[in-house]
Amino acid sequence: MSKRELVGIVAFSIVAIFFVFTALMIHPFGSPPSDTNMDDYIIDNAQTETGANNAVTSVVFDYRGFDTLGEATILFTAVAGVILLFRRLKK
Amino acid sequence: MKDEGMSRIVKTITSTIFPFIFIYGLYIIAHGHLTPGGGFQGGAVVASGCVMILVAYGSVWMMKKIKEKNLSVLESLGAIGFIGLAFLGLIFGEVFFSNYFANSKFFLFGEEVTFGVPEFANINTAGILPLMNFAVGLKVIAGLFAIVLIMAYATSKNKEGE
Repeated sequence: MSKRELVGIVAFSIVAIFFVFTALMIHPFGSPPSDTNMDDYIIDNAQTETGANNAVTSVVFDYRGFDTLGEATILFTAVAGVILLFRRLKK
Repeated sequence: MKDEGMSRIVKTITSTIFPFIFIYGLYIIAHGHLTPGGGFQGGAVVASGCVMILVAYGSVWMMKKIKEKNLSVLESLGAIGFIGLAFLGLIFGEVFFSNYFANSKFFLFGEEVTFGVPEFANINTAGILPLMNFAVGLKVIAGLFAIVLIMAYATSKNKEGE
């Protein structure tokens, strides 16, 4: 067994153990986690504050608008990169 | 020219189905603040419909109809609209991304919504959320379609050259 394979096996074992322990520590299905202040706030106030009946959209575009801005930037970067990459091939 | 698309049957079926996909995607974008979905999802639906046309008719035909330069302009327009709406929050509201005319009796998307499960959804609510959905939808439609169009066109040209 080469050194490279040994390092790979050790790294894989560490990641696998991490994943298994995380899966064991997760809260059981159907019972919410104990700290739900943010969820309760959004469920109570999303309709009156943003006027949207869809609470998910009110989170995505209002409470977490910066996240959507990042997603839009990622899409813009992807388009710019693809057009830049294929510009030479087009001619 | 080699790349002339698929057979006549495929072209006919595609152009029959395309308007329905288009309207469905626009519906998802426009009702983003009422039903599940929004700008990203509806934009992906419309872009998929456009890609279906592209596959059926061939990328050379499509490139004659619509240039990817125009699609880039549309995409940038969506991005500018989105971030412009966010910056208008600094002027009319308090913070960046503030929803300044929700529940403000403004004639466009400004009506108040009652708390609880509504009997029927009022589309004329939610302030800047629908406008942001439109901007993001335009951006996603143009962006995804530009990506697929330019890749298909470049590879077909490349195949032809060799």
